[in-house]
Amino acid sequence: MTATYEKIATTTLGSAQSTVNFTSITASYTDLIFIWSYKQDTDSTVYMRFNGDTNANYSTTGLFGDGSTTSSQRLSNNSNGIWFRSELISSSNFNSAIYQFNNYSNTNIFKTVLSRANNAGEMVGATVGLWRSTSAISSIEVWQGGTGFSSGSTFTLYGIKAE
Amino acid sequence: MSPILGTLASQFSGKPFGSFESIATVTVGAGGSSSVSFTSIPSTYTHLQIRCLAKDTTAGSTFQNFKMTINGNTMTRRHFLFADGASVAAGSSTTNLAIGNIPAAGFTSIFGAVIIDILDYANTNKNKTIRSLGGTDANGSGELAFYSALYAVNTNAITNLSFSADSNLAQYTQIALYGIKGA
Repeated sequence: MTATYEKIATTTLGSAQSTVNFTSITASYTDLIFIWSYKQDTDSTVYMRFNGDTNANYSTTGLFGDGSTTSSQRLSNNSNGIWFRSELISSSNFNSAIYQFNNYSNTNIFKTVLSRANNAGEMVGATVGLWRSTSAISSIEVWQGGTGFSSGSTFTLYGIKAE
Repeated sequence: MSPILGTLASQFSGKPFGSFESIATVTVGAGGSSSVSFTSIPSTYTHLQIRCLAKDTTAGSTFQNFKMTINGNTMTRRHFLFADGASVAAGSSTTNLAIGNIPAAGFTSIFGAVIIDILDYANTNKNKTIRSLGGTDANGSGELAFYSALYAVNTNAITNLSFSADSNLAQYTQIALYGIKGA
């Protein structure tokens, strides 16, 4: 059998930064796994876009729990990107999120992205996002609408290869 | 419609093993397939992960069941937490044993992602517990669900997994089996 699950790139922020970019992602893997350890300085929603596409080609369905109630929401025809609720990011503790991109380079299909994210002080959530493009994902931009992700936040992209 | 049988991906590569290894992968070709199966799964790993991107050939814009059998048997029961973009539901079943929801043919170019973990799959002293996270967003509709399933038919090691939909699995459906080693 073939060992897989390789780190492609990682970024650790040395100062607050509103945008994190991974570019020149090759099509040499089958799936991507994108892991965040993150914190924010000011509260704001986070979005993720692909290949620089700023058109309304993104939609997201989410499942959330805040310690007392569950909820489900959807954003469709969104140009900001795949949606990430602001309650899933804290200004006091580092939080974790894992995104799964299955068949990110298949040019016959739109791209579906699964996520799990936790902010232990406020909310737990899962989302499924859609990017209505058949292009292979070659760049990922994560952006926060406020002052950005805090210093010390890390973003790591892995590739796994099915054979 | 013929089922597709997965074959072991490759022989030992000669490279150092990591802890996450590709065992076998099936991509459904033109015309679709009634099922995708992995047989002769070795017991040399500690856990299994199955990474799926799938679609059902059923006509219309609906969401369909994505089903898994173990060693030729259906699972024993399942619990789920389900969201549709407006509400959340929880439930259980001993008859509908789907492990995910995938889109039907009417959702052009849209596939559902399902990631399934089977822990300690080769331990013959335990019933097997399966968990999954899966979902589809179709820009205006969609479903997302966590599943926990129990396989209590016997405590045999899992050597065979088979996947199917309510109708057939559509072209470009891909199901990849990975093994994760313990210490």
